[in-house]
Amino acid sequence: MSVVVAEQLIKTYVAGDIKVEAIRGVDFTIEPASFVSFIGPSGSGKTTLLNMIGCLDPPTAGKLQVVGQDITNLNRQDAARFRGEHIGFVFQDFNLIPVLTVFENVEYPLQMVQNWPTAKRKRRVMEMLEAVGMADQARKYPSQISGGQKQRVAVARALVTNAKLVLADEPTANLDKETANMVIDLMKKMRDEFKTSFVFSTHDPRIVDNVEITFALDDGTLHRLETSAGGAHV
Amino acid sequence: MFNIFKLATRNLFRYKRRTLLTSTLITLGVVSVLLFISISGSFKALMVGQITDSMLGHIQIHKKGYLASIDSLPLNRNLTRKQIDKVVQVLAEEDAVEAYSMRIKLGAMFSNFIETTNIRLNAVTPADEMKTAPLLTDRILEGEKENLLKAGEILIPELISKGMKVKVGDGIVLVANNKDGSVNGQNFMVRGILEGISGPGGRDGMIHINDARSLLRIEAAEVSEIAIRLKDIDQLPAVFTSLQEKLGSMKNKQGMPVFEVHTWEKISPFFNIAKMIDLMTFFIKIMLVAIVLVSIMNVMVMAVYERINEIGTIAAIGTLPNKILGLFVVEGFLMGVLGTAAGTAISLISIAIMNATQIRFDFGRQTGLLLSPTIGATDVILVVVIVIAIAVIASLQPAWKAAKMDPITALKHV
Repeated sequence: MSVVVAEQLIKTYVAGDIKVEAIRGVDFTIEPASFVSFIGPSGSGKTTLLNMIGCLDPPTAGKLQVVGQDITNLNRQDAARFRGEHIGFVFQDFNLIPVLTVFENVEYPLQMVQNWPTAKRKRRVMEMLEAVGMADQARKYPSQISGGQKQRVAVARALVTNAKLVLADEPTANLDKETANMVIDLMKKMRDEFKTSFVFSTHDPRIVDNVEITFALDDGTLHRLETSAGGAHV
Repeated sequence: MFNIFKLATRNLFRYKRRTLLTSTLITLGVVSVLLFISISGSFKALMVGQITDSMLGHIQIHKKGYLASIDSLPLNRNLTRKQIDKVVQVLAEEDAVEAYSMRIKLGAMFSNFIETTNIRLNAVTPADEMKTAPLLTDRILEGEKENLLKAGEILIPELISKGMKVKVGDGIVLVANNKDGSVNGQNFMVRGILEGISGPGGRDGMIHINDARSLLRIEAAEVSEIAIRLKDIDQLPAVFTSLQEKLGSMKNKQGMPVFEVHTWEKISPFFNIAKMIDLMTFFIKIMLVAIVLVSIMNVMVMAVYERINEIGTIAAIGTLPNKILGLFVVEGFLMGVLGTAAGTAISLISIAIMNATQIRFDFGRQTGLLLSPTIGATDVILVVVIVIAIAVIASLQPAWKAAKMDPITALKHV
């Protein structure tokens, strides 16, 4: 079963009398355990597409299935519940909760969203922190760790719920080259270990070089690029 | 829920200065209200106690129309023997009545053989009067206090003592008109000097009721008023209603009411001051509500504004809107609890210190009154509940805004 199936997906924004078609009837599928990127210039619609897949923004028309469920018409409450159960997020600015420790940040989705029992939850959080190499930093607060470490914690938080899909919006934009490569390697390792699909919206060629499928967005239309060992090309 | 409290507590510590300032403001408000309630309550209780326990009693019964003409102390509006018996019978049925005292009120000329002045007098049966107005003896500034007075003795108000230069042990003459207009005089020995206090009767002298009867040539057992003391002043409304039903409704042959029953509140002008104090307390509580409302709302609006991106993050990763709402409401609640706890503690300590230091104050002609502030658990609980409830209410709007925030817009916020 495909993780994401989009059919004739359209997103139109209306501001007064002006209508802007951000996404113009795109079709694509994303398979389990895949590494996929959406690339394109600013304003091409890649973040809009990612927001729709992430149940943050409903499509104007078309059909969108994520992990086998039609999410086209979910209400606000159900969309939040769906995100909490099935989707992980990695943000450009890491977006860790500053008043929580590294451990508590990773624990947050299990505790506040999924209500896991304490012992099982703590075990799972430690497993994830060990998987991303942050177990020794568990008691530190986000302000006490580096950018690369923050993003590793964010990856752990995205995966801790056994999410089938992780959406990452420019995850390496605020990292130096070496750290960015480490984070990409980590995400690949996580994909292999947990069979989770990673979908990126990015400008970063280092990510594009590492993904198996790249979709290029241009003015709201989508083209799948052929990929080779060295990356994607048209 | 515990997790929401944990997160809310950490967020409050994150903005320590702001939390401290807001909580301090609430603390000051709570302290002001509780201290005002305790001090004004103490003052009120002191004055009410003094008025009722040393003078008026809790309830008074007169012949209908007596109180309206009390300035002239009319002797033709006294209660008759038959009426007194009826009142005594009714009072015997009231368990809440502790004691009652029959009084004849009269005006007379007071002479020290050199000068003469007017004097208002209460003629009483000492034993009954001491039970009905137990603080009366405390008002005796000079002279023997035991048994109040005997026949042939007079307690004079301090104003007359000073003005006429009359001392304890001096002989004086009282000259009075009886209700037929004839004049009679009688010698008395000054037994003591009575402290003057605020309110009706506060500057009256006192003689034995038998002396009043002989001075006024009253042969029948008639009295001007019956003052009643209750076992518990909180029973006043119930006893008053009962007496009003039993006595107030009685009519004479002409179909006119026989008795009038009044509580001390109706008789003493201090009741209006007491009402004013209650009104001021109410407005101070309103001010406290305003302080809490504005300060908490202001802080919570800022908290939401500063954490828009964070709200977007937790919403994106699946936190349900009601949990986001709960998070901010709990922050407001905790600030309310913090401010209230500190305010209550400071207030109770301050009250204890004031009681330990025995603060005295003057009121009108009365000096050296002891301030004994106390506060009831009900008042404390009421203030605590009001403040915390308002803190929660004030947090609702910002919390609602946070819960309804669009995650995409919130995540874009810098």
